[in-house]
Amino acid sequence: MGQPDEVAARAVATADLPVAAPPPSEHLREGPDGARPSGRSAARRALAVRLGLMAVPVTFFALFFGYPVATIVGRGLREDGRWQFGRAAEVLTSPDTLDVLWFTVWQAAASTALTLLVALPGAYALARFDFPGKRLLRAVVTVPFVLPTVVVGSAFLALVGRGGVLDEAWGLRLDTSVWAILLAHVFFNYAVVVRTVGGLWSQLDPRQEEAARVLGAGRFTAWRRITLPALVPAVAAAALMVFLFTFTSFGVIQVLGGARYATLEVEIYRQTAQFLDLPTAAVLSLLQLAAVAAMLAVHAWTVRRRESALRLVAAEHAARRPRGVGQWAFLWSQLLIVAVLLVLPLAVLVERSLSAPGGYGLAFYRALAEQADASSAFVVPPLEAVGNSLAYAAVATLIAVAVGTLAAAALTRRAGPLVRGFDALLMLPLGVSAVTVGFGFLITLDEPPLDLRSSWILVPLAQALVGVPFVVRTMLPVLRAVDERLREAAAVLGASPWRAWREVDLPLVSRAGLIAAGFAFAVSLGEFGATVFIARPDSPTLPVAVARLLGRAGEYNYGMAMALSTILMLVCAGVLLLLERVRVNRSGEF
Amino acid sequence: MSSLTLRSVTVRLGGRAVLDSVDLDVAERETVCVLGPSGSGKSTLLRSVAGLQEISTGEITLGGRDLAGVPVHRRGVGLMFQDHQLFPQRDVGRNVAFGLRMRGAGRAEAERRVAELLAMVGLPDAQRRAVGSLSGGEQQRVALARALAPSPALLMLDEPLGQLDRSLRERLVVELRQLFHQLGTTVLAVTHDQGEAFALADRVLVMRDGRIAQSGTPPEVWQRPASAFVARFLGFDNVVPATVTGRSAKTPWGTLPVPDGTPPGPATLLVRPAGVRLGPDDHAADDHAADDHAADVGDVLRCRVLARTFRGDHVVLALRPDRGPDLEATVPLRGAPSPGEKVTVSFDAAEIVRLPPED
Repeated sequence: MGQPDEVAARAVATADLPVAAPPPSEHLREGPDGARPSGRSAARRALAVRLGLMAVPVTFFALFFGYPVATIVGRGLREDGRWQFGRAAEVLTSPDTLDVLWFTVWQAAASTALTLLVALPGAYALARFDFPGKRLLRAVVTVPFVLPTVVVGSAFLALVGRGGVLDEAWGLRLDTSVWAILLAHVFFNYAVVVRTVGGLWSQLDPRQEEAARVLGAGRFTAWRRITLPALVPAVAAAALMVFLFTFTSFGVIQVLGGARYATLEVEIYRQTAQFLDLPTAAVLSLLQLAAVAAMLAVHAWTVRRRESALRLVAAEHAARRPRGVGQWAFLWSQLLIVAVLLVLPLAVLVERSLSAPGGYGLAFYRALAEQADASSAFVVPPLEAVGNSLAYAAVATLIAVAVGTLAAAALTRRAGPLVRGFDALLMLPLGVSAVTVGFGFLITLDEPPLDLRSSWILVPLAQALVGVPFVVRTMLPVLRAVDERLREAAAVLGASPWRAWREVDLPLVSRAGLIAAGFAFAVSLGEFGATVFIARPDSPTLPVAVARLLGRAGEYNYGMAMALSTILMLVCAGVLLLLERVRVNRSGEF
Repeated sequence: MSSLTLRSVTVRLGGRAVLDSVDLDVAERETVCVLGPSGSGKSTLLRSVAGLQEISTGEITLGGRDLAGVPVHRRGVGLMFQDHQLFPQRDVGRNVAFGLRMRGAGRAEAERRVAELLAMVGLPDAQRRAVGSLSGGEQQRVALARALAPSPALLMLDEPLGQLDRSLRERLVVELRQLFHQLGTTVLAVTHDQGEAFALADRVLVMRDGRIAQSGTPPEVWQRPASAFVARFLGFDNVVPATVTGRSAKTPWGTLPVPDGTPPGPATLLVRPAGVRLGPDDHAADDHAADDHAADVGDVLRCRVLARTFRGDHVVLALRPDRGPDLEATVPLRGAPSPGEKVTVSFDAAEIVRLPPED
């Protein structure tokens, strides 16, 4: 069974680690329903149950994902009732599009390479060494991942931007160079690599390597021949996820990229919101959709390849205290990297939020609560965004957990291409242009029977879309790890199928459910691309408010942006630390 | 009176008959052990009775009630899983109480029964212990208590002692047998370990490829295996094709004596290791003996000792004869020859069993 710590890692990387001792397939074929009419009717019943479970998630995705995206794409490509494919080809081959595509690909590739370079040694340190404060460190490196992109952007702006800390100290500015973007991406995705690769690494049985050593392999050869091949699929999956996240990067580039740099997602936003050029936006959306679908297909393939039998052990058996100067030096170097790369930007963010015109103080925070005036970017005090965000995120979490749990339950039993297709569909919202979704919401959900344009529910619905993949990825490995024979044992002892689920599955997955809810909450809280379109001016969310403040000149707007970002960071970090506690409190055997 | 009956029960999985028209009766209070190599269908048999496996054709009744269409949780059978499958998130007491709760037993009654059962399996006052802290043998006992708690009409055990070490296994077999007799439980167990089956069961069933190869009391099966397969499965290796004429049989080892009344014709012979008699390697005596006593003791066979394995009070020898396949012989500890030594071998008709010819 997977280590509790890695459950979230799987969720983060949206990739199942191989689960030790999967129930033999023989036991998966029949349900605990046991009745004995013909085999065909039982199979039909199992299919009916599965389709029933899938009905809600499929409807949800069709209505709030497929429909808006398809509509906006259709509207962009059709004119006067005719498909304008010539136009599409024109957009696709225009030098501007090729420039954007080229930048999107190469910055994603560079970000991925840089992240692997920085994070793989960190993964090793966390996997194989035992040292005081390891648990805290694990939590610290995960904080950036749940931070909203807008906050990451502001933090780096505060560090390397105009008037930033480096600018003041050495006149060094990186916000006009691509380095700020790359560093922010490393900051953001460090946890993906550490958790996915490190999670598996910490569970690889060290005796495998020892066996190779005894058979005459040197230390490095043993690592290269035994450990590396076992890690490669995990590294590949992590790399792919980082590539996917950075390929669709929006908030970071929106804040740090200025006018010079644009990914596809940023360009879609510009074409939609600034130039009102829907056809171009539609073509770019399709382009991004195709690229993401291809990446997800590759990802699914690597996940399946990873299901090879690995000898996994409890992580605590594999880790030991560092020995010798070399190992301690290595460990300290990793701690230093974490401090500079992950902690420093956040510390600077906090410092900037406190450095008011007349010396350190809470002036910016107080300004957040002030009533808006004519020069303000808001019609309400920005602090109200905190309440809005929490309320929206709570509702979005409820929706995401409900939809995601149903989907995970439907996916629990391995099955054919239909279900695998469904699995892939659930992942799409991670990669499809959030901007397209948001704009799609605006133009599709505005007429009966689904006239939600003026309803507050629109924002949580869009945020839940992004939360569902996290819920599914967190719940699924745990649900799959529940041994079918435990359910059978309950059934033989007189528990009906529903009772068996309640008595056996529910207690085992309730913590995973809590963790899933936490991730969905953090992700909903930080959602920016779609929310920026649909949040009403009088009830902005935190990321939207931050972006709006950053988009305006003036020391106060900048300071208030930093203050709001700090609040958002604290909320997200608080949620994450709660999750870590939940995980730590797990009983040993599960 | 028969408690459990199976009538031509067939289970097909992926086109293969895992159970092939199996008939079985287990009388009330009887302990029946199904013995067979892995893949012979014995676990499927248990799962079919429990309702965890749908049967393709046939009929299963328990206490006269047809189980067709009865879901697992209403069958009222107990099943002890091979690896126990204790619920990891519940302590020992709540594991044992699970079946009682499912039947709506009150808290006080459940507690009383749990205490009683835990005392019975030798784990008194273990209610609050976490299942993760139990040793293999203790888990085994908790699993047994859990299966017995709802007083099932039939208790089924899947490889009940499979994962325990040898000494614990031998002790538990005796305890289980006493317990089942004392409680009057009807038991159907499966195992691949013949020692376990013979020690536990009133009646043994040997399965092969989804069919029942032999059924009988442990002594019956042990003394008269029904086929070469059963003989080999029970650990007998001296099994050869033969042609019986009168009181002797022609085999690859030469002419062997057979007991009186052995039907003539083609057959398979089983020579128990105890029936392989060793003598000194004496060429002259050898030839004469062959001429004089061929009719009642058969040929004398010269062998080289390949290996010698101590089994406590006796020694098992692996012999390489001049002709025919290798032979296994048991001899007393004293004077057992060493590997490499040459010996002559003669056969004792009383330890030779005729089996039907192999196809």
